[in-house]
This record gives sequence, C-alpha cells and structure tokens, in this order.
Amino acid sequence: MGANWMQFVAGGLTAGAVYALVALGFSIVYHASRAINFAQGEFVMIGGMGAVSLVALGLPLWAAVPLAVAGAMLVGLLVQRLALEPAQAGGQADVVTLIIITIGVALFLRGLAQLVWDKGIHSLPAFTGSEPMHLGGATVMPQSLWVLGGSAVAVLALGWFFGRTLLGKAMRATAINPLAARLMGISTRGVMRLSFVLAAALGALGGVLTAPITLTSYDVGVMLGLKGFAAAILGGLGSFGGAVAGGLLLGLIEGLGAGFVSSAYKDVIAFVVILAVLFFLPGGLVGARGSERV
Amino acid sequence: MSRLTATLRRFTRAALPLALPLLLTAPAAAQEPIRVGTFLAVTGPASFLGDPEQKTLEMMVDKINADGGINGRKLQLISYDSAGDAEKARTFTKRLIEQDKVDVLIGGSSTGETMAAVPLAEAAGIPFISLAGAVVIVEPTKKWVFKTPHTDRMACEKIFVDMKARGFTKAALISGSGGFDKSMRAECVKVAPNQGIQIVADETYGAADTDMTAQLTKIKGSGAQAVLNAGFGQGPAIVTRNYKQLGLTQPLYQSHGVASKEYIKLSGDAAEGVRLPAAALLVADLLPAGDPQKPVVTAYRNAYQDKYKTDVSTFGGHAYDGLMLYVNAVKAAGSTDKAKTRDAIEATKGYVGTGGVVNMSPTDHMGLDLSAFRMLEVKNGDWTLVK
Repeated sequence: MGANWMQFVAGGLTAGAVYALVALGFSIVYHASRAINFAQGEFVMIGGMGAVSLVALGLPLWAAVPLAVAGAMLVGLLVQRLALEPAQAGGQADVVTLIIITIGVALFLRGLAQLVWDKGIHSLPAFTGSEPMHLGGATVMPQSLWVLGGSAVAVLALGWFFGRTLLGKAMRATAINPLAARLMGISTRGVMRLSFVLAAALGALGGVLTAPITLTSYDVGVMLGLKGFAAAILGGLGSFGGAVAGGLLLGLIEGLGAGFVSSAYKDVIAFVVILAVLFFLPGGLVGARGSERV
Repeated sequence: MSRLTATLRRFTRAALPLALPLLLTAPAAAQEPIRVGTFLAVTGPASFLGDPEQKTLEMMVDKINADGGINGRKLQLISYDSAGDAEKARTFTKRLIEQDKVDVLIGGSSTGETMAAVPLAEAAGIPFISLAGAVVIVEPTKKWVFKTPHTDRMACEKIFVDMKARGFTKAALISGSGGFDKSMRAECVKVAPNQGIQIVADETYGAADTDMTAQLTKIKGSGAQAVLNAGFGQGPAIVTRNYKQLGLTQPLYQSHGVASKEYIKLSGDAAEGVRLPAAALLVADLLPAGDPQKPVVTAYRNAYQDKYKTDVSTFGGHAYDGLMLYVNAVKAAGSTDKAKTRDAIEATKGYVGTGGVVNMSPTDHMGLDLSAFRMLEVKNGDWTLVK
C-alpha cells in the first residue's frame, strides 16, 4: 500500500504539472482581458503535434521542440490579432463575446489540425530515453522529470518576468488599471498580444513535454483545456501562484482518486472539482483578487 | 397518301413513345450495377479499422470489375465515412438503404456503429455483413446480419487456452470504456471459469485516459500471473508502455483489436513479448506450406501492399472476406435478390478467407472456429507465430 500511493502521487504530479502550465495560460489571459480563452487547450495540441511533424520531417528533437513552441506562439499572436482585437476595438469589449469567440477559435484550430496533420495518434520520442527509474517505491519515466522540471523552469521564468522586468510590470499595471496604464504610455494592445503569446508558449511547452508519455492527436486539447480550466478555477482565476497550486493539486487528487477510489471515473474528478469550487469557494484557493472601483 | 402509309404513320406515332423506353431500359437492366453500400470508420479514432477496410473494398471492386464483374454486372461501391460514430453510422445506413437503394450493406467498422445499423437492416430486409468484433452482433442470431471478424468471445477463449498451456490460473483484466472493450470484458469474465482461469483483478480506464499506472499498480498487487488488456485504440498502447514502466513481469495479452503494426509502433519496445490472437493474414510468410489459408492471405497481402505501399491489416482482411462472401453468394443465388443472397450467404460452407475457413449455418452467422485465430507474439518489433 505504501509503495502504491507513491506511484499514484508520481503519476498525479506529472499530469498536474501539465495542468499547471495550461492553468497559467488561462490566468495570464484572464488577468489581461478578464476573458477566458477556451482555445488554451488547443495550444497544447499544436505544440505536441507540431513537434511530431517536425521530427517526422527529419529535424532532431532539440530543434523540433523549440520550433513547435515558437509556432504555437505565432498562432497565439494571430488568434489575438485576427479574432479578438476586432471585437475589442473601440473600448471595453463584452467579456462574454470574447469568450464565445475563443470557443469558435478552438473549434477552428481543431478542424485545421485535422487538415494540416491527420486524425491519428502520434508519439514523440522521449527526451532522454525511456528506461524507468525507481524513486522512493515508485517507478518514474525520465520524461516525467522533464515535465516537472520544465514546468518549474517555466513558472520561475514567468515569476522573474512579471516581478523584475519592466515589460512584466507593465502587463500587471494594465491589468490593475488599463486607463492609467495607457496614460503612462503602455500599449494595452501590445499587452494583450503578449499575453496570448505567453499563454500559447506555456500551453505548447506542456504539449511537447507530455507527448512522449501521453501520446498526442488532434483532439487532446479538449480534455486538457477543460482540466486546465478546472485547475485555474481551483487555484483562483487570475492568480499565477494559484494556477500552479491548482494544477498540481488537481493532478494529485486525480491520481490518488484513480488509485484509491475509482479509476474508471478519473475524468469526472476534474469536473466535480469545478462544481465544488464554484459552490463553496468561488474565489478559488487563493481567494478573490482585486477590487472594483465603484 | 395511301391508307396503308397513313395507318402505318398513325401506328408508329402511337407505338414510338412506348417502344423507345423499352428499347432503352432492356439493355440498361442487364448493365445495372450491383450496388454495394458501405459505412466505415475511415477517419477518427477507429481509422486503423476503417481505412484499410475502405482501401481493400476499393481495390477488390476494381479488380472484380476489371475481370468482367459478376454475372456480367459491374460492382458499384457507395461508401460513407462514419468516423467511428454510431449516430453517423445510423444516418448513413438509412441513406444507403432509402436513397442509394443498395443491394447489400458491408460495413460498421466498430461494434457501436454496427449495432446502430442492425435495426435498420432488419427492418428493410437487406443483407448486412458487419466488419466489427463483438459477439452481440450475431448472438442472438439476426436474420439479415452476418459478420466476418472473429468474435471477442473467441479471442478470450484463445487467450485463456494459451494462459492455461503456460501454467497460469490467475489472470487480471484491464479494459477501456468503449463498446468493444466492454463487450470483450464481459465475454472474458463469462468464459474464464470454463477455461479454468480465475479473474483476480478487473480494472477499467476511460477512453481518452493517458495514464493507466494507477490501474496497473493495483493489478501488480493482485497476485495475477498474467494480464489481459481487452481494448482497442490508443488505450492498449498506453497500457503497454505503462506496463514496462512499472516493471511488470507477468505476460501481457492484448486483444485482436490491436492486431496492427500501428500498435507496435505506438508502444515502442514495451511491446516485446506481448501476445495476442490474430488472423493468419498477419503472418502469411510464417504459415506452413500446406496451410489452406496460405494462398488466399498471400495473394491478398501482395495485392494490397503492391497497390497501397503500406502494411496489410487484419481489418482490411475482414473487408475482403465480407465482399467475397457476398460475391460468392450472388454467384450461387444467380441474382442480387436480397432474400436469395441472404440465403446463399447463410449457406456458405468451406469458404477459405483471410480470417479463416468459414462454415455458416442458420444459427451461426459468423462461421469461424478457434482454429481461425493464431496466437502471435511480438519479437523484435514484428509478429511471430506461437506454436
């Protein structure tokens, strides 16, 4: 029993790290525009499938991975530029409109993926081999460590960016008070585009890190997007620390639930979490952030 | 003019509108094509079933037409892509029966798609040869429904017989939530005691699950001596990879649902040593010289690989058998009358196909026995025959 729960924890944390990256993407876009980007899951898919096709073209893994992430970032920029900016032009856009547009974008990207790639399931080679490692009673694939490590590096880089760089602080300023930020010379449009680019980068990173373990196909974005969203709500929408905590916690609950309660209904856990949080703790773990000026 | 010419003229004027259609339709009836309607999962999660099936049917229809057709009539293939979706399958079947007015239905790559079409075929009285695996398709026997692939129950029996031969009595089951998975799991649970096998663990996973380590960890502690994964699609590939990751040493058996190179590719070297029951088609070269299936499977395999430059698949073989059963029935019945062809299909005896030797009867609309399955093992990334 002892070794078992370590195994469940290991699997849960690996999945949780990916949820954390997706949740961070949700939080960054929400932070900047108060809108929920339901195309976030598709960025994960673009990262994974992009890397698969680049490797199939003959590129080595160390080139295919960054290129796939860069490609996803470009897609993120285009989504903001072409789909959302027209709706946001001329002042405060209705948040519901933006959300519905992102749902449409998600469907569009998924359809495009079927044309550009195919509907089959694909695998990516593991970064450093696939010999299982024994850690504290659980067997872990080296790729899991890449997922956890890669996510940790991304989170730290994001923390440094928002905390220490002028651009990051400008983004935070725009979120707190867009008008004041514009008066200070910060381009709100630029901030929006950068949010999408960052969210896409995080999603795609999750996609390439996890594809060697979970395989990838044109429709992996659906479940991952929804679970990442659940994680973002669990942690508190708009909070970056909350997104990471929410992601890891959701992964843990899923892993332990699948191990000790029921493995057939593992997917249900994420959605039960959404309901529970909305009923009992609407602000998420971190609590409601920000205040309204009346 | 004379009264004769006037009468002739009047006669011709009256008769022409009657004669012309007769002149046109009489030869047209002789050339009327035999309409074969199909609905297959060419794209989607079950595309590794439907894509080879579609390719096989196209290849064989072209070949038969090039050889002159059947009884002077050409075959016309009317096919739709149901993408593994039972709802789409139902819609397309309706269209095939009512609008395209086909003479036979060959299709339903997956059990879910087949079962959605069964009521329509029964109500319309049209022969339906299914290409899906579950035993519920032919049990209880339905008048108009036949199938070519081996049933999931046969797969369970073949696997349990092999387990027993290796000295195992305790087995664990792990299956997914799809129609085929659920059906095979139920069949295995049912027939295990008959084969002297005790099921000591029974785990399930969701269709889109990407991590089965939790289920396999529980199986590891269950005392099972062998594990059977009843599933198809991407689930078994992930189960296989997780199996190796967790270092499970018990032999792993898969179902015939993953009898394709795609499975080996996705599972990587974790597939080494995995056994599964499959049709002789996959190991055509390894069959002994006197094997009755060897000529059929070798010819089909060579034709398919020459034309499509890709590995042959057992699912394509099922489509081949389905079409040939119908073609033979039309030849035997001398017409495409639905009731007559149905009777002829039901009377099939000794047909040697890619799936095995088929002997149908009013109570057996599949016609295969356990010898039609060969036990295969993955060695060095390829199939080998287990003696």
